[in-house]
Amino acid sequence: MNPPSPRLRLALVVTAVLLLAGGSLGYVLHARHRERPPGQQADASFTVEAPGLYFRDTAGGRIARQDGPGLPRVTGGPSCDRFHTAGSHALCLRKLPGVPARTEALVLDRRLREVRKVTVPGIPNRARVSPSGQVLSWTTFTTGDSYNTAAFSTRTAILDLRTGYLVKSVEQIPLTLGGARHHDPDVNYWGVTFAADDNRFYATVSTRGATHLVEGDLRAWSAKALRENAECPSLSPDGTRAAFKKKVSDDPRAPWRLYVLDLATLREHPLAEPRSVDDQAVWLDDATLAYALPGQDGRAGDIWSARADGTGEPALLVPNGSSPVRVG
Amino acid sequence: MYLAANGRPDAPPRLPGVRRRVPAAVLALGTVSLVTDISSEMVTAVLPLYLVLGLGLTPLQFGFLDGMFNGATALVRLLGGRLADRRGHHKRVAGAGYLLSALSRLGLLLAGGSAGGIAAALAADRLGKGIRTAPRDALISLSGPPESLGRYFGVHRAMDTTGALLGPLAAFAVLWATADAYDAVFAVSFCTGLLGVLLLALYVPAAPGPAAALPAAVPAGPRPPRPPVLRDRAFRRVLCASALLGATTIGDAFLYLLLLRGLDLPPALFTLLPLGAAAVYLLLAVPLGRIADRTGRRTAFLLGHGALLGAYALLLAPVCAPTVVGVLALLGVFYAATDGVLMALAAPALPAAGRAGGLAVLQTGQALARLLGAAGFGAAWTLWGQRPALWAAALALAGALAAAARILPAAPLPSPAAPPIPPVPEAP
Repeated sequence: MNPPSPRLRLALVVTAVLLLAGGSLGYVLHARHRERPPGQQADASFTVEAPGLYFRDTAGGRIARQDGPGLPRVTGGPSCDRFHTAGSHALCLRKLPGVPARTEALVLDRRLREVRKVTVPGIPNRARVSPSGQVLSWTTFTTGDSYNTAAFSTRTAILDLRTGYLVKSVEQIPLTLGGARHHDPDVNYWGVTFAADDNRFYATVSTRGATHLVEGDLRAWSAKALRENAECPSLSPDGTRAAFKKKVSDDPRAPWRLYVLDLATLREHPLAEPRSVDDQAVWLDDATLAYALPGQDGRAGDIWSARADGTGEPALLVPNGSSPVRVG
Repeated sequence: MYLAANGRPDAPPRLPGVRRRVPAAVLALGTVSLVTDISSEMVTAVLPLYLVLGLGLTPLQFGFLDGMFNGATALVRLLGGRLADRRGHHKRVAGAGYLLSALSRLGLLLAGGSAGGIAAALAADRLGKGIRTAPRDALISLSGPPESLGRYFGVHRAMDTTGALLGPLAAFAVLWATADAYDAVFAVSFCTGLLGVLLLALYVPAAPGPAAALPAAVPAGPRPPRPPVLRDRAFRRVLCASALLGATTIGDAFLYLLLLRGLDLPPALFTLLPLGAAAVYLLLAVPLGRIADRTGRRTAFLLGHGALLGAYALLLAPVCAPTVVGVLALLGVFYAATDGVLMALAAPALPAAGRAGGLAVLQTGQALARLLGAAGFGAAWTLWGQRPALWAAALALAGALAAAARILPAAPLPSPAAPPIPPVPEAP
């Protein structure tokens, strides 16, 4: 085959550039005008004062409420990627558009008016409010902290509304591991849960390839590891147990199972949920847990519940939802 | 780029017959790489965000997907080199690689949320990347006289790096314009990738040098014997030296991490630090390639690793703001003086008919050695802590440099059965 003449080549390239640039521009414009939910504030009528199950509606990304199984859902909450509320405040994590990823942590009062806004690097991951509503914590996934540029690591912040003091990353908290002070640049914290005294908290720390459940003390600013292989703890309302996800398999498609740990005896038992759950479970009451799972039948995500004592069967609580939290 | 390639007017007189201009084939391959790198770096920049945020993969699953294909690339590269050598189909094999990578964006677009589809698209992209590299570098090395290869590779790498710098910017612009529509990034990347393939098809000569003609001239029948690449002493020495030095390279990510930790910089800067090093690489690739041609590529290659050693040393001293500038500059010098220069150093030692395969062996050896080096440094960091690990890395690199200086042949590499240099096609 003879190579085409220079003029023909040029004509081909110009045509191709025009076609491909036109195609690119067309797609970008199409994507730009596509229906997409903008970041919305809560409607004036929607507050977290009413009792019920609050959650993120995965269809529109806004927070909704359902007062009981089978009852209609009340919509109109703010758009959040993660949501939690307790006591006097609510916490809403929102990913901001753009690269590198940033997350906006909105602290809201019970009528969902903005109290404080903090912008942190990373992708929203976990949000928790202490039972009184005075202490809040969130975790984001960030790229770049780790050895491998492609890998993710986590940053966890704690905000104390009583003093207004914000710890942007809890990584520097003095940590005791196996009875000794532990120093390592690779420590990562995520998934904080607070006790009723607004001082004690539990979280996950990962270091040297293992995850540990840590108990922390805000006033003393110290943390000690309690046991290995426990992520995303969630403290029961009575403060005696912690639900957590335990890595039970090296298969990256289904690594975790939900367990409940008795904090007095450090004995654990699995829930009756056989699927791999990647969520920080919440306690609906002292006997029931709720958690998000990837949705079935094409839905983005579903909320399921299971009994905390490991009996019974998991039940579908809210289709098309995530970030569940019970108020009242 | 072209101006820089034309050289300074006060340059010493050239040997007769050596053209000052960069061959059209090199410029064409550089343009193809530039366009293709825009396409691929666009996707690289947004993929982690897309997978984890858009599709809800856990970072664990993302890491698994990402790591799964990295090992396979090395082997595919050998295959690409072998395929190109067999019939002299360098352009066709490289083109297939470019096309496969471009089509993988379409795969990402069509896969939607299916993890299997995404894995297949990523695999296709890596496969394309692996296949095309060695034939492309062989084409560059066959485009002109061996005396100028350092400069040619410098021009190519500078254009390649320009694309790599523009890619994330393009991705950012698309995300900004569409409020985070990742699919639009894939669509634009697909169009850009197709343009790269078209440019390759139209502007890269199928037979730039004597090489492509050599094996193709052999009529179908008994297959020509495999060129005894590994039996060549000079090439074996280059291979050993590059692998040895590669194994003491700790990986850029570690250097950036040490900078961030030393200065307590915000992690968002992590994405910007590589840009700094790439900019230095871009500026120095051509001049250092020229210097390497004139003063010896062996010296340039060793001094380049000396610059890396300098970066380690800077990090061992107390870290302050100028350290960032120094480390990024030294890292840029390291790449500019070693990446293309290594290809230029090894290519003349390889017979034209075995060049793609030989370069593939060299690249694979270096890549595997670097993987080993990074893993070793990660382990040392975990076991001993940051400073002792860095000390160990610096000592290992110094030792490897001393050894490489002995291993690398001092005299210019002989070209086995050097064919007469054909007239070199000139840039318009």
